[in-house]
Amino acid sequence: MATINYIPERVSEQEARISLPSKLHEWLVTVDHKRLGLMYIATSLAFFCVAGSFAALMRAQLAFPNEKLVPPDVFNRLFTVHGTTMVFLVGMPFFAGLANYLVPLMIGARDMAFPRLNAFGYWMFLFGGILLYFSYIGGAGLAGHGTAPDVGWFAYSPLTERAFSRGTSTDYWILSIFVSGIGTTASAINVIATVLCMRCKGMTLPRMPLFVWLMMIVSAMVLMALPPLTAAQVMLLMDRYLGSHFFDTQAGGSAILWQHFFWIFGHPEVYILVLPGFACASEIIPVFSRKPIFGRAAMVGATVAIGFLSFGVWAHHMFSVGMGPVSNIFFAASTMFVGVPTGIKIFNWVATMYGGKIRFDTPMLFCIAFIVHFLLAGLTGIMLAVAPFDWQLTDSYFVVAHFHYTLLGGLMFTLFGAVYYWFPKATGRMLSETLGKWHFWLLLIGFHMTFDTLHFAGLLGMPRRIYTYAPGRGWATLNLVASIGVIVQAAAVACLIWNIVRSLRKGKPAGNDPWDAWTLEWATTSPPPEYNFAVLPEVRSSRPLWDLKHPEDPDWKYE
Amino acid sequence: MVCAGIFLVVAGVLTYTIIRFRARRDDVREPAQVYGSNQIEVAWTVIPILIVFVLAMATARVVSAIQNKTAPANALQITVVGHQWWWEIRYPALGIVTANEIYVPVSTPTNPAPTFLKLQSADVAHSFWVPQLSGKTDLIPNRTNTMWIDPRGEGTFLGNCAEYCGTQHANMLLRVIVQSPQDFARWAASQRENATAGAGTAAGRNLFLSLSCVNCHTVKGTGAAGTFGPDLTHLMSRETLASGVVPNTLENLRAWVKDPQVIKPGNLMPDMQLNQRELDEVVSYLSSLK
Amino acid sequence: MTSTIAIPESEWTLPDRGRVGVLCLIATEFALFTIFVVAYIFYIGKSLTGPTPRQVLDLPIWSTICLLSSSITAGRAESALKRNSIRTFQIWTAATILLGLEFLRQTAIEWIHLITVDHLTITTNLFGSTFYALVGLHASHVVIGLTLLTLVLVLSLRGAMYGQARRFELLTWYWHFVDAVWVVVFTVVYVIGR
Ligand code: HEA
Ligand code: HEA
Ligand code: HEC
Ligand code: CUA
Ligand SMILES: [Cu+2]
Repeated sequence: MATINYIPERVSEQEARISLPSKLHEWLVTVDHKRLGLMYIATSLAFFCVAGSFAALMRAQLAFPNEKLVPPDVFNRLFTVHGTTMVFLVGMPFFAGLANYLVPLMIGARDMAFPRLNAFGYWMFLFGGILLYFSYIGGAGLAGHGTAPDVGWFAYSPLTERAFSRGTSTDYWILSIFVSGIGTTASAINVIATVLCMRCKGMTLPRMPLFVWLMMIVSAMVLMALPPLTAAQVMLLMDRYLGSHFFDTQAGGSAILWQHFFWIFGHPEVYILVLPGFACASEIIPVFSRKPIFGRAAMVGATVAIGFLSFGVWAHHMFSVGMGPVSNIFFAASTMFVGVPTGIKIFNWVATMYGGKIRFDTPMLFCIAFIVHFLLAGLTGIMLAVAPFDWQLTDSYFVVAHFHYTLLGGLMFTLFGAVYYWFPKATGRMLSETLGKWHFWLLLIGFHMTFDTLHFAGLLGMPRRIYTYAPGRGWATLNLVASIGVIVQAAAVACLIWNIVRSLRKGKPAGNDPWDAWTLEWATTSPPPEYNFAVLPEVRSSRPLWDLKHPEDPDWKYE
Repeated sequence: MVCAGIFLVVAGVLTYTIIRFRARRDDVREPAQVYGSNQIEVAWTVIPILIVFVLAMATARVVSAIQNKTAPANALQITVVGHQWWWEIRYPALGIVTANEIYVPVSTPTNPAPTFLKLQSADVAHSFWVPQLSGKTDLIPNRTNTMWIDPRGEGTFLGNCAEYCGTQHANMLLRVIVQSPQDFARWAASQRENATAGAGTAAGRNLFLSLSCVNCHTVKGTGAAGTFGPDLTHLMSRETLASGVVPNTLENLRAWVKDPQVIKPGNLMPDMQLNQRELDEVVSYLSSLK
Repeated sequence: MTSTIAIPESEWTLPDRGRVGVLCLIATEFALFTIFVVAYIFYIGKSLTGPTPRQVLDLPIWSTICLLSSSITAGRAESALKRNSIRTFQIWTAATILLGLEFLRQTAIEWIHLITVDHLTITTNLFGSTFYALVGLHASHVVIGLTLLTLVLVLSLRGAMYGQARRFELLTWYWHFVDAVWVVVFTVVYVIGR
């Protein structure tokens, strides 16, 4: 490939000799979208390791019946903090990080619309995250005996009311999510404004990369979905500190109202979590199949449909609270209908691969595994949507397995794929393929050991959120296998971390466009300079680099 | 079933795709650039919609069949009240109050005897789940839910609380004992009785009544009328102690009264700090509550 | 290699990022208020003890008039700024602020009466909880709006608002939104809820 005119002259080498403190200072005060993006992603990976270690502790406790490793209240804190961290401090910032790093590059902009708001968002998120963990020492004692929240990640009232949750643990839960939620909202506003207002010439909405489209839809969902949670949390805080009665059943308040508010947030939230994964897959799969994405317009339409439908299905988390048959049937049906647009997406990915020339590099492996996992996860989701089935399986390990399939098998797999795919862009060095393959295969094996078995534990009647169980109910072997799987997963994650650390120093230089890809971020240097592009690009199709590389058969001819 | 079918089809196509369209090393040409096809998109929108439609109809039928069932006149009515971390079981028509173990008559096709449950909670949300008898229904404060079971075989069925409710959620266990109608009638008759004062336990009885146990526990026919903890009137008729944590043996009972926090850490019965003599007397009294 | 594609010279206009940002902000605020309104409606008539809305609430006609007309004055201020007639702009802005302050004063009077005479506090019953939460949330938004308006007024007195009509427009959008929310609150709390 000949050079492309967007590539800036290499900036002088003096950069390398800046002293450590001033480098640190630079990162601390930065408003550059790429640095903030990397900070988001790094922080999120760190939280993933912490929350994953908590999961490992839980699995250790559950490996054998009647084990005494972890006392009950500590265990309850473990799963609460694990779930809260994974959702709010891993999934959400990963979205913010990817969007921050890539959206301006992909639409040919120099920065986000509001760079300072962007920095504000990051620091709010970090503060919220630290607040959650500070609860471990901020409370009564040390070493896990502090007052970390122990109410589960959806914190059902009235368990969270003063009467049942004394001390400050629940307040830490409320405030940390509240604060990081403000950060996320700021990011979301920023992404929307950037996409709408900062596109380079020719980048019409239909030509935007799917990644950008999906990030924008996610941001819109964040704006509509977070406020219900925030509002409910404000009410809860008022109950706890001002003596109001929103969720106080003694004064006629309703315990179910919280559940409604939480899941009006909570269900859109799970799509908010997974759509960034879809976004990455929608970039990676075409490049490694050497074909454009199949049915672009349908992909966008399906995502918008998911966005809307997801606000009308929340009560499928509440089939067992005793709603009337009409509500149950309504929410069962609406939930199943979400499967239709999701199916469209899966079919389009497969159709993209069909007839292509598939290259099995690590990013692609993760994406293929993602499709399989998400297919299975979606179908167990449909099973749960069948209300009578859900009465049997809700709050059992079947649900735990369902959502780890979506979140780990779906979301985290694509995010890992994204790390392998864009690491060269962000650092200028390739990640090692060998270690990458180890990472992939170990994670795949560990994942299936852990979460396949847990489906069956759920079917055999094992409820979730129990710190121990009695022998003789047929759960022991399944749990043991699940727990061993975590060791394999941990090894996989260790491969990733080692790979990152090693490649940062010794990785093969990547060049500007190692994957022979088609979107604008590959048109500048790796890593891109602060101003991204020497000249702001102009585009005529959704694959500007394809047009450049194949002047004989450019995309814009077909638009 | 439907789900398995869908999985097989899609996974099949995916596998075929992966194998058939692997990139060969020597081949550097780009494949044909296909952008999409409206017919195909429509097809794979409409077919899932049809499947979903059928599924939704089936769901609707089952849901209404289950939820709209009304109690026949002979149905046994039980009220279950969830407490942090035990179950209060009431048979209003029979005047029975017990805990953690539900006795019901077996239901046969010739002689159907379903049991209808009213579910309530005294504190936080719990959920009633006996996997082999039915799905879950939550017990929610300030609200009454209903459900029914129709057990077709005799035996003991294990269950648990299925909505996270605090520290000892894991040990909020439950058992349903399905008996022949005759056995059930015998059980009900004995439960209706007041507490039997076993011989030689007068000292223990007086001690028990003088301790603060009575603030939380009821023993019918005595002054003990607390409702915070389980009714102890027929304590020894239960198979387990403290909602299924340990079998109801003399040693366990003694250990429990000595310090309940050892057996079930975090539960809401405090360590009563009884000395050896008091402990002996109270336990011998409790063990006479047949 | 320079790009071989000849790109037709065409207009390339994009929306203003300030506007998009403020619209997004308003959208999430809208969702936030919706939940509080839903909570209020959900608990209408569910209080276990008195006082009830019927007993203690009066229609706040005067404060409604104040707030709604402040939207008009804000609009006037905006168009004045567009014409660059700073004096007029200042007068209309000041009027807007005064009307907003009067609204707050009325609210304060109402609350003091409710608390001291009717003994309705946030802890009294569900009505108290939801009422103070919803009306208070709205009032806090009025406070934010007034703070910003005052800031603008001060800035303009120091001559810094010249040519800032576009930015001021964003503030008026926010202010209109706060007004619109009041219409909803008014309807729900004082009309339907009574
Ligand atoms: C990334 C997150 C994510 C995603 C994407 C999903 C997707 C779905 N989820 Fe899941 N879910 C969670 C995360 C997620 N879920 C979490 C975290 C919980 C638990 C929360 C908690 O309690 O802690 C949960 C719980 C949960 C429940 C409640 C269980 C309970 O507690 O009782 C239900 C019930 O309906 C459900 C259903 C679904 C459905 C129908 C989908 C659908 O979107 C799936 C759609 C996909 C497909 C269907 C596959 C592809 C489609 C085709 C191949 C087309 C053909 C298919 C048909 C015609 C059906 N989920
Ligand atoms: C993104 C979401 C996400 C992810 C990725 C995971 C990942 C994992 N989860 Fe998580 N989980 C949730 C979201 C997630 N979970 C949620 C929302 C809940 C519900 C909580 C609730 O009920 O309230 C839950 C609950 C939950 C439970 C149920 C608890 C209960 O109900 O009692 C279990 C039990 O097995 C579990 C296990 C695991 C495991 C084994 C992993 C593994 O995949 C983790 C693998 C990672 C590691 C093992 C870490 C590796 C770290 C290292 C190798 C350290 C190296 C460090 C350095 C070198 C510095 N999770
Ligand atoms: C503060 C209230 C309280 C006091 C005082 C109290 N208990 Fe309890 N008790 C409980 C609660 C609550 C439980 C249920 C614990 C559980 O299963 O989680 C319980 C359970 C029991 C059980 C097991 C019941 C069963 O059905 O499994 C026995 C036996 C018992 N208590 C005996 C006593 C005796 C004897 C005393 C006095 C020396 C006493 N309790 C004092 C609250 C109390
Ligand atoms: Cu009761 Cu869980
Ligand atoms: Cu959901």
